[in-house]
Amino acid sequence: MTRSLTLQIIAFFAYLLLQVLLLKNLVLFNVAFCFFYVAFILLLPLETNPLSLLVVSFLMGFFVDVFYDSLGIHTAACVGVAYIRKYWLAAITPQGGYDAGASPAIAASGLQWFIVYALPLLFVHHAALFFIEAAGFGLFWHSMLKIIGSVLFTLTLMVLFQYLSWTNRR
Amino acid sequence: MDRLLRFLYTYRVFFTFFVLELLCAWMIVTNNQYQSTEYFNTSNRWAANLAGFSHNVREYFSLRAINEDLADENARLRDLLEQESQRVFVLRSGSRDSSALQRYSYIGAKVINNSTQRYKNFITINRGRLDSIAPGMAVVSKDGAVGKVKSVSDHYAVLISLLNIDDNVSATITRTGHFGTAQWDGTDPRYISLKYIPRHVKPLVGDTIRTSGFNAVFPEGVLIGVVREVTLPEQAPFHDIKVELAQDFDRLAYVSVVRSHLRLEKDSLERLTTGLVK
Repeated sequence: MTRSLTLQIIAFFAYLLLQVLLLKNLVLFNVAFCFFYVAFILLLPLETNPLSLLVVSFLMGFFVDVFYDSLGIHTAACVGVAYIRKYWLAAITPQGGYDAGASPAIAASGLQWFIVYALPLLFVHHAALFFIEAAGFGLFWHSMLKIIGSVLFTLTLMVLFQYLSWTNRR
Repeated sequence: MDRLLRFLYTYRVFFTFFVLELLCAWMIVTNNQYQSTEYFNTSNRWAANLAGFSHNVREYFSLRAINEDLADENARLRDLLEQESQRVFVLRSGSRDSSALQRYSYIGAKVINNSTQRYKNFITINRGRLDSIAPGMAVVSKDGAVGKVKSVSDHYAVLISLLNIDDNVSATITRTGHFGTAQWDGTDPRYISLKYIPRHVKPLVGDTIRTSGFNAVFPEGVLIGVVREVTLPEQAPFHDIKVELAQDFDRLAYVSVVRSHLRLEKDSLERLTTGLVK
């Protein structure tokens, strides 16, 4: 229990540093952003206490905001995703339910399930992010373009990253 | 009371969610207030150090461009020095107001964090309160206007870039002298819009746009850009003018913060006057 907790804390900072030092500078075609740090929230184990999930997401969003000079925006999006995560997980429970102690990841449930799981959550997160930043729906289509570009980019990176780390462990 | 507590406990996750989102909303609102004092952005020492480190790594990939820019700037400054020394000579005989000679002084700074692709872009520089930088000061580069200071810490400052949908700059068309407002529309980081130029004015493609100096943030006549496209919709009271920015924000390396020595005087005089009119 404590070992997995330590690992999660290390993962928290690893995702955070990766985001603010490296991925922050990585923008494709001026529209596709990479918010890979959301993977930390999405991949937390299934039985994570919902309250600590909210608080951890809040902290993650807050620290990212400090580096993006956008206090509150990432935090709001992260807390939103953390809240709907459990409802979405319940809605797409695979036949036979989840394995005990599993993470909602490709290794446990397969690529197809993971995409169904991650795509809408990423979309919600990015939509919240860009619409709050634009302060409304004034730039609707341009924001949509950014959202869709960023969702595809982030999702691709999440899938690739999981395949990489998964084969290493076996 | 007991039932209320039980109710709160049953829905504790929802309420935590709700409170956290309220907190976020509060942070977003306070952060949007112009010139607020803040600690949780990249002017924060830890964040700035980390951003500076990341920038140092990136800088190696653009050293050549930076060198060229600095060489250009040196040449231009040498020119300016020559001109200024002549002007001082002329002024020395006339005006008795010593501050007329130097209304503005410049503080050089290096950009350590910058973005151009978001709707609200900010720039972090490596000078702060100890270098006498204060919120509200204008920032220019050798090419043109860059932005204004939003918040400062001891050693760092965060600027609102011209590429920020919340930022307005009073601007004039150099050729005709009409003034309007330059504001970014949030899409293409190479262009900015010039608004509120009335129908009877005839702006041409190629006209230069400069700061007007009305708000005393920017010195008068700092280049903003060049008109690239003018459209006049039917019935619209104003032109739609697309201006290509003089400063390429994607390769911003060194900037100068402008200290206006007479700003306080101008502001208080204006406030006094408007106060009397009311």
